[in-house]
Amino acid sequence: MNADIRPIRTQAEQAILASLGSVAGGGDRLADLRRAAARSFEENGLPHRRVEEWKYTDLRSLMREAVPVAGTAAIAEADARARLLRGVEARRIVIANGAVVPELSDLADLEEGLSLTTFAAAMAAGDEVLSRIGGIVPSRYDASLALNTALARDGVVITVAPGAAIQRPVHVAHVFASGTAAAMYARSLVVVGAGASFTFAESFEGADGLAYQANSATEFVVGDGAHLDVVRLQEEGASAFHLSTLLFDVGRESKVHAFTFGLGAAVARTTLYATLSGEDSHVGFNGATLLKGRQHADSTLFLDHQVAGCESRELFKTVLDDSARGVFQGKIVVRQAAQKTDGRMMSRALVLGDEAEMDNKPELEIFADDVQCGHGATCGAIDDELLFYLRARGIPLKEAQSLLVQAFVGEAVETVEHDGLREALVERAEAWLAGRA
Amino acid sequence: MALLDIANLHAKIDGEHGKEILKGLSLKVNPGEVHAIMGPNGSGKSTLSYILAGKEDYEVTDGSVTLDGDDLLEMEIDERAAKGVFLAFQYPVEVPGVATMTFLRASLNAQRKKRGEAEVSTPDFLRLVKDKAAHLGINQDMLRRGVNVGFSGGEKKRAEILQMAILEPKLCVLDETDSGLDIDALKVVSEGVNALRAPDRAMIVITHYQRLLNHIVPDFVHVMNKGRIVRSGGKELALELEANGYAEYQQDAA
Repeated sequence: MNADIRPIRTQAEQAILASLGSVAGGGDRLADLRRAAARSFEENGLPHRRVEEWKYTDLRSLMREAVPVAGTAAIAEADARARLLRGVEARRIVIANGAVVPELSDLADLEEGLSLTTFAAAMAAGDEVLSRIGGIVPSRYDASLALNTALARDGVVITVAPGAAIQRPVHVAHVFASGTAAAMYARSLVVVGAGASFTFAESFEGADGLAYQANSATEFVVGDGAHLDVVRLQEEGASAFHLSTLLFDVGRESKVHAFTFGLGAAVARTTLYATLSGEDSHVGFNGATLLKGRQHADSTLFLDHQVAGCESRELFKTVLDDSARGVFQGKIVVRQAAQKTDGRMMSRALVLGDEAEMDNKPELEIFADDVQCGHGATCGAIDDELLFYLRARGIPLKEAQSLLVQAFVGEAVETVEHDGLREALVERAEAWLAGRA
Repeated sequence: MALLDIANLHAKIDGEHGKEILKGLSLKVNPGEVHAIMGPNGSGKSTLSYILAGKEDYEVTDGSVTLDGDDLLEMEIDERAAKGVFLAFQYPVEVPGVATMTFLRASLNAQRKKRGEAEVSTPDFLRLVKDKAAHLGINQDMLRRGVNVGFSGGEKKRAEILQMAILEPKLCVLDETDSGLDIDALKVVSEGVNALRAPDRAMIVITHYQRLLNHIVPDFVHVMNKGRIVRSGGKELALELEANGYAEYQQDAA
């Protein structure tokens, strides 16, 4: 029932429609992609609860207000607002209001084997690498990705040469830096050559109190035998909307690991797509989401095992305080050719608040006959026996809860390989816990 | 003044139709004394230990418990610990993801903070743990692991005694510390406990069997049945119980 007639457009939809067609450049192919995306939005609008993939995150009713596309950010304000992961030794690129800020970005002195430019510059130059954009096409209309495709004008474009081992992570700091609510879109592309290794981090933040809309999409093309680590930290402002999409095209015998850490935004939806198109690769998607107040966060995964012998592992942890709402949807598709697939998906939620809610929807679609696939979901409060044990040793209630929440989240955070990034995430988790009333 | 003074304690399982477990239990424990509480299964021994520690599954309906004259029943669980109550659990829980060292340090510093004392410095803390752990045969690997995670029954009990040694409580309540221990483990644990006997520290040793009392020799032995203490005596009472069993008391109380 996705094609129901929807004559009434919300204010938000009208504002988005008005902005469609405003982006140009990058050649005919990108122009075609943009047009197709715009058309799909015109037809479908913002998804609502009767659209299966958005059942628990009814974007149409959650995102009602119309906001204009953000203008250029003041450099000083962008600099002051972009605080996340600053202590991590990384090559830092700042994207403010959807545009790379060269003055705040470390674009020079690139390591051998690393090429890095902006999406806008790549479009202007007609860079061949942009032919990789839109390589993975979701099987169903994805409003978040369609809007990004139609409206993103900047982002980063990174190519890691075959065999290059880039030690220093690239950190893309997305920041909203306007005085009034607006929408921003950023599109990035990361192509990791065969046998190369690379760590890519992204952070998202902005002012509390402004119902701005952040939309980001990053595509990863992972070559044969490559090793890619992705770490994302989302701490958007408390009234913000965060929509993001990560797409992975995974080559043979490669290793891809992504960790998404969500703490911010009023409404957040992160969708991960992975197409395992080369044999014997390993994909690990892990995440942690810490929510309080009336926050709503949705992590949705689509894993498409197209070829034989691949392994996928997913572990998502959600902590829900107050009346927060968490959503986990994970779909693993195993195609007929994908024999010997080994897929395991797990979502665990820890409910602290009396009014909190968690929705889990794991799905398996298996067409091959020799596979190992499993999924699980748990949802529960802090174990009273553990709490009593800690308190009986003198640890006050709140501190005991914090230790147990940290331990719960820790199991997922510990999967982050890069020491500096992992420590930074642990510190953000501690700050969240310290901020609990 | 007694360190611990339990007078006419009545307690039931929390809830509307909760069963009454303790039915008028009285006990005075002075500093330096070791009291053994023995009794058949279901006599309320473990309940007593939980109520002293502050477990919230029980409701005290009558009577009083004071520690150093202060009303223990009014205190939060962690406050009792800071005041010097330590319960060595019969079945210590596993706490995955909380490293033993982190846990020990958080416990010690929380208690010190509550008492208005300075936190222990890292080097002092490491020295303290290393020293105490060595005596109990607890290695560095165990200390790095999550609390009790993957520990054998004996290792869990040793870890409890290590916590006790580090926290230096005034009142140690050992709930069936001998359960699940073989002879060698029992010896190590008992030696650990005996090393903690001190003029300013009291112990309540809860056990079903007399065996443990060969190693931890008590000053007083109490027989508990159906929620109260039905007989008290010296250490020889334990031997008598071992020979005759609890049948006599169960009949008396019926």
